[in-house]
Amino acid sequence: MTDAAALPQPAQGNAATAQPETMAWDSKARRMVTLYLPLACFVIILLFPFYWMTVTAFKPNAELFDYKTYNPFWIGSPTLDHIKHLLFNTAYPHWLVTTMTVAICATFLSLFSSTLAAYAIQRLRFKGSQYVGLAIYLAYLVPPSILFIPLATMVYRLGLFDSPLALILTYPTFLVPFCTWLLIGYFKSIPYELEECALIDGATRLQILRQITLPLAVPGLISAGIFSFTLSWNEFIYALAFIQSSENKTVPVAILTELVSGDVYQWGALMAGSLLGSLPVAIFYSFFVDYYVSSLTGAVKE
Amino acid sequence: MSATTALAWNRPNQQPNWLVRLFDWKPFLAFACLLPAAGLLLVFLTYPLGLGIWLAFTDTTIGRSGYWVGLENFQYLLEDPLWWNAVFYSVFYTGIATIGKFALGLWLALLLNNHLPFKSLLRAIILLPWIVPTVLSAIAFWWIYDPQFSIISFLLVEKLGLLNNNIDFLGSAWPARFSLIAANIWRGIPFVAISLLAGLQTISPSLYEAALLDGSTAWQRFRFITFPMLLPILAIVMTFSIIFTFTDFQLVYAITRGGPVNSTHLLATLAFQRGIPGGQLGEGAAIAVSMIPFLVFATLFSYFGLARRKWQQGEGND
Repeated sequence: MTDAAALPQPAQGNAATAQPETMAWDSKARRMVTLYLPLACFVIILLFPFYWMTVTAFKPNAELFDYKTYNPFWIGSPTLDHIKHLLFNTAYPHWLVTTMTVAICATFLSLFSSTLAAYAIQRLRFKGSQYVGLAIYLAYLVPPSILFIPLATMVYRLGLFDSPLALILTYPTFLVPFCTWLLIGYFKSIPYELEECALIDGATRLQILRQITLPLAVPGLISAGIFSFTLSWNEFIYALAFIQSSENKTVPVAILTELVSGDVYQWGALMAGSLLGSLPVAIFYSFFVDYYVSSLTGAVKE
Repeated sequence: MSATTALAWNRPNQQPNWLVRLFDWKPFLAFACLLPAAGLLLVFLTYPLGLGIWLAFTDTTIGRSGYWVGLENFQYLLEDPLWWNAVFYSVFYTGIATIGKFALGLWLALLLNNHLPFKSLLRAIILLPWIVPTVLSAIAFWWIYDPQFSIISFLLVEKLGLLNNNIDFLGSAWPARFSLIAANIWRGIPFVAISLLAGLQTISPSLYEAALLDGSTAWQRFRFITFPMLLPILAIVMTFSIIFTFTDFQLVYAITRGGPVNSTHLLATLAFQRGIPGGQLGEGAAIAVSMIPFLVFATLFSYFGLARRKWQQGEGND
């Protein structure tokens, strides 16, 4: 996990040894064409839908449907009408709150259970712990698309249908395997000697977990938390299948089922809704982007 | 200082109560630690998986528990052209999207592996399509694919003059299929690129130096060093990508809902349509269960990819 972050640093010092492409015979123009041009294309294509989303959200309707008189790539006279419509004429704030509550509760529930599970598998090392680890890894490979029908019948029988609690309880099915997997990798990187010292000093296992392992694992916990939060914010199929009443819907489901109505699509409001729904995750993510990238790469390598 | 240490030493060795001792007993502690995760997964993952398989053999509908009907659901599906269509499109969608994602993602990873200014900012930007809720970016694509006001059509027709008419992206079967695949590739590139970049950075530069001294070409260095060294990670990332593309739901549901005339149904969207709004839970479950053979195949692929990784890096089982 650490060498992925450490390697690029020496590479910057003497790029020639690390990157054969940049040896002396490699001209600047060639580098321009083979490196910067394709990279610019990638960035433009990857960002364009967001740019288009933003532009559409702030355009008045007249500009939205007239590419002849107005330049479609720019906003002539920015307006907040779409956002105002969204905030005051629809239940959008309510959907945001529901989504936030569900995401936070599901994140805490899965962080709690996966920290304990990862600790048990990686540190307590009981007989068969590797099989439990493998089983959890396999659980991650079970996609929600094959679970939602039986889960819907279960949720209905438990009396949780149309309640956010149903989502809070079912989201951990894909969050727990992922977080456990990530945290096992993280716990592996904490020196075992620290725990041995504490054991010799007479600490109990729970004290070790609380006072030694967990404080050291904070970066791992943060990245597992971000992953869980974004994954539960983005979840769609369970929320679509288990929630019926408008006020309990999550943002992605509500935009698609409540805002898309009738024959004329309100593109401005739709795009404003998508933009506002994406912002919380994007902001949250931008604060922790380094944790995110390093744990993503770490989790893949583990 | 000495006073406090003396105090600590003089304190009688108090016997911890039974609860503390129970939690320090390793088998019990392991059990207690695994309980929340195992409980959640058994109740909400393993049991529904079994229940789903059982439902597939019944004629359950919403509001009525069904009776065992044996293979009737599957026999019905085998004669259902819509199911065959969904199988075809699921395989096609997964195949083309995976090839696209990995070709472009590998290219992007190779580009990012160069010495670049603003490297971390660039990585943050590139991950954005993966962070943003799929449904919301799918809605943006829906708008980009609008038959009348598509910005792509505008560029091609008005600005570049390459076409005479607007492209009808979602109005007929094949353009709709390819439009969805393009949106899926767009969403999948960042994950593939960043994961493969992590793999690229673990490759020792000395291998390239040695190859350079031996007079290798750039293609040879890619073919005989980069690619084999990347293969283990490639196998894992590809397994995940294949599983989640094959069982994709959000993108198709958000953009076309399986239309036009059911031509873009994936197995997951068909299962949803039959099961939840249609109320035929048994049949929906049967469609969902019919995805399992493909998933098992992909998991085996992952398993052998992992085994190869251990062999290549000389790691023991730990």
